[in-house]
Amino acid sequence: MSIEVRIPTILRPFTKDQTAVAADGASLSALITNLDSQFPGIGDRLLENGALRRFINIYINDEDVRFLGGLDAQIIDGDSVTILPAVAGG
Amino acid sequence: MSLIISRAFVDAIVEQSRTEYPDECCGVILGPVGSGKASRLKAMVNAAHSPTFYEFDPKDLLALYREVDEQDEEIVVIYHSHTETEAYPSRTDIAYAGEPGAHYVLVSSRKEIAPAIEFRSYRIIDGVVTEEEVSITD
Repeated sequence: MSIEVRIPTILRPFTKDQTAVAADGASLSALITNLDSQFPGIGDRLLENGALRRFINIYINDEDVRFLGGLDAQIIDGDSVTILPAVAGG
Repeated sequence: MSLIISRAFVDAIVEQSRTEYPDECCGVILGPVGSGKASRLKAMVNAAHSPTFYEFDPKDLLALYREVDEQDEEIVVIYHSHTETEAYPSRTDIAYAGEPGAHYVLVSSRKEIAPAIEFRSYRIIDGVVTEEEVSITD
């Protein structure tokens, strides 16, 4: 299974400037583990204490993973995953 | 580095900050990819509806990035207002700044300086804030 993952500018230093990469995993959690094994360090930018970082948004197709079970969200062949940093501040 | 921006966009951002007061307002200016030109202003909803915080709604954020990709554009400016403090990035602005290529524009509508307005621009990269000149064109 190969899932296309779109990488935001701020994380492209991890992916040698690739805007999209292929990763594997039947759940979001597994996908992040796989991404981190290909691009060491990227996992820490997505997770904090084992949970999704509050100001990183991850989408499976068009849906925010927070509405799909978070790290338990299921991923199937043909899905695409998009990572975007929140645009937020004080 | 400096930000070149039209008077019309400056006025529109200032107007939006007044309309949405006391909440912070926010939005982006887009431009053709690679051009760095601030060409198309798009006001965004502050999903936090707060005088001390702003956040693009996650659904709007995805739609924005899709639109930018489809139109071969990039995000040139990310702006928001401060309603009670100066137009300088707050600690949270710095912590969450996720677009190293964007100009971060801050507008302050705090009462002490009314009816004047502060309009300033910064780069925020890896936690480092660098103010830049703003050139307003007619």
